[in-house]
Amino acid sequence: MSDAESSTATPIVRIERLYKEYHTEAGAVPVLHGLDVSVMPGEFVAVMGPSGSGKSTFMNILGCLDVATSGNYLLNGRDVNSQSSDELAHLRNQVIGFVFQGFNLLPRANLEDNVALPLVYRGIQRAERSMRAREMLDKVGLGQYAQSRPNQISGGQQQRVAIARALVNHPRLILADEPTGNLDTHTSGEIMALFTELNQRDGITIVLVTHEADIAGYAQRLVRLTDGNIVYDGPVEHAAHHLESTT
Amino acid sequence: MLSEAWVAMAANRMRTFLTMLGMVIGVGAVIMMLAIGQGVQRKVEDSIASMGSNLFIILSGSTTSGGARMGGGAAPTLTVDDATALRELPELAAVAPAVPGTAQLIYGPNNWSTRIYGTTPDYLTVRDWQIASGASFTSSDVRSATRVALLGQTVVQNLFGGEDPVGKTLRIANSPYVVLGVLAAKGQSLDGRDQDDTVLVPVTTAQRKLFGSQFAGTVRFIMAQAVSANAMPAAETAMTELLHQRHHIREGQDDDFSIRNLTAMANTAAETTQVLSLMLGAIASISLLVGGIGIMNIMLVSVTERTREIGIRMAIGARGQDVLLQFLLEAVMISIMGCFIGVLLGVGGALVVQKITGLGVVVTVLSIVLAFGVAAAVGIFFGWYPARKASRLKPIDALRYQ
Repeated sequence: MSDAESSTATPIVRIERLYKEYHTEAGAVPVLHGLDVSVMPGEFVAVMGPSGSGKSTFMNILGCLDVATSGNYLLNGRDVNSQSSDELAHLRNQVIGFVFQGFNLLPRANLEDNVALPLVYRGIQRAERSMRAREMLDKVGLGQYAQSRPNQISGGQQQRVAIARALVNHPRLILADEPTGNLDTHTSGEIMALFTELNQRDGITIVLVTHEADIAGYAQRLVRLTDGNIVYDGPVEHAAHHLESTT
Repeated sequence: MLSEAWVAMAANRMRTFLTMLGMVIGVGAVIMMLAIGQGVQRKVEDSIASMGSNLFIILSGSTTSGGARMGGGAAPTLTVDDATALRELPELAAVAPAVPGTAQLIYGPNNWSTRIYGTTPDYLTVRDWQIASGASFTSSDVRSATRVALLGQTVVQNLFGGEDPVGKTLRIANSPYVVLGVLAAKGQSLDGRDQDDTVLVPVTTAQRKLFGSQFAGTVRFIMAQAVSANAMPAAETAMTELLHQRHHIREGQDDDFSIRNLTAMANTAAETTQVLSLMLGAIASISLLVGGIGIMNIMLVSVTERTREIGIRMAIGARGQDVLLQFLLEAVMISIMGCFIGVLLGVGGALVVQKITGLGVVVTVLSIVLAFGVAAAVGIFFGWYPARKASRLKPIDALRYQ
């Protein structure tokens, strides 16, 4: 596939001089002070930083949920800043898969419908939606609960469903915002094992925000933010003193 | 998309039901009011049709004679000959003079008092009245003033019971009359009189033998039918001219007769009921409006409540228009379902009204189609604002909403 070949050469995320400020009544508050980051296809990046370091804002911009005040952001070669809101929705649907701390499943829909939801917005027919959703649920080991509702399964299982939903459109990039924040250690380990498998076996690029050192340890690369600046960007194993948990 | 709207509606049954109730009551009221209004309208129209079409009534006696003023019909100025002369006008299709009176009828052990009209066979044409059995009297009966009669249905019921009256002899004011025929049923007149409670006899018989008159040959009124609705104004002018001539009335002198256009009057009555029926519908449709506002209110609450859901949907790829459509669809579905139940209730209610009051109600397909159209429009109109509000949320704000 020529697309895959060329994508190995170009970064999936290329961020230059990313600046973001929020407007409050007290005036403009800068949150990100001009970040430069690139993520290559197949990377597994952990983003760490204390509360208020801007890592959530960074993730939101990365996920096209929010836009930068200035700077460049190329996602999969496309300039995000110049996209319309519909085009951003399209990018979120096709290129990115989200995994949130609070799972963010629709409580009234069953697991199959939850997983199939991104396909609805891609205009895929019901039969195919159902088939692909089942496939993804099987992949995360929850195929037998397809007709259950989110409140009938455990938190760890809900996060697996959320991962299945993130995967259903075969995204290039998975953004996980503290995906284990609401889970116990054992379940966290299982979820991280799943991420690792997705990264290593399927080659999916993962950017994961966490403040737990052992979770960041699953990644290959660590980006550490403090007060809106990148203070470390390099391999996880060389970053012992940057890995301390930030809670 | 449809099933998602369904799931959202099913998730909060009580609220969906109460929201729907506004539409149910609104649509039900509109359907019921229109049914009743149209029932009344049809009743009036039937009465008008039973009167006969393109009808004039010419009353004798001036309504504006100087000094002591008489009521219409008091002065004996119209005659059978006037009627015969009017009959020659090309604008008129039929002309019937009438000498009314009341008399006691006797047949066997039964007796009955009724209104009797002395007239000519043309009367049946003018009034558009059919013979149910037997035959009408003829102009030769009129010429020779025979004692024959046509009976209305009510008279037949009261005097003859189940017996066939044709060919029988009954007594009117103690003189024997042969029943030639029975008139078809006509029902109530516009003013509520039973038109079937009547007997027709030849006009000459009424004048000479039944009622007598100090003014021989005069009649109380003449009914005339124009050849068409368009000919009515010309017919009125021609009749006025002819009667002026015959009665030697010069320009500027008061008429000793008056011509009334019954059809025009009846049409006015029909228009009045139509306006009334429309007004009932309009008042009922205010409740539709209130129902619509109820939908808007609940949809706004729903958008606020489901802000996080909207955020999730946007995060995984829903565009503004997807969210807009979802909420709009929900509003329209609530509205259409409410409308459906409302139609059932409205039709049911109208039938109950019919059962209780005996008033005929008319549920037209048009009113149902109209109700559905209005309901869909209300759903879209009042669902639009909340849906638009939902679609304009910023993904990040919606997702963070607690």
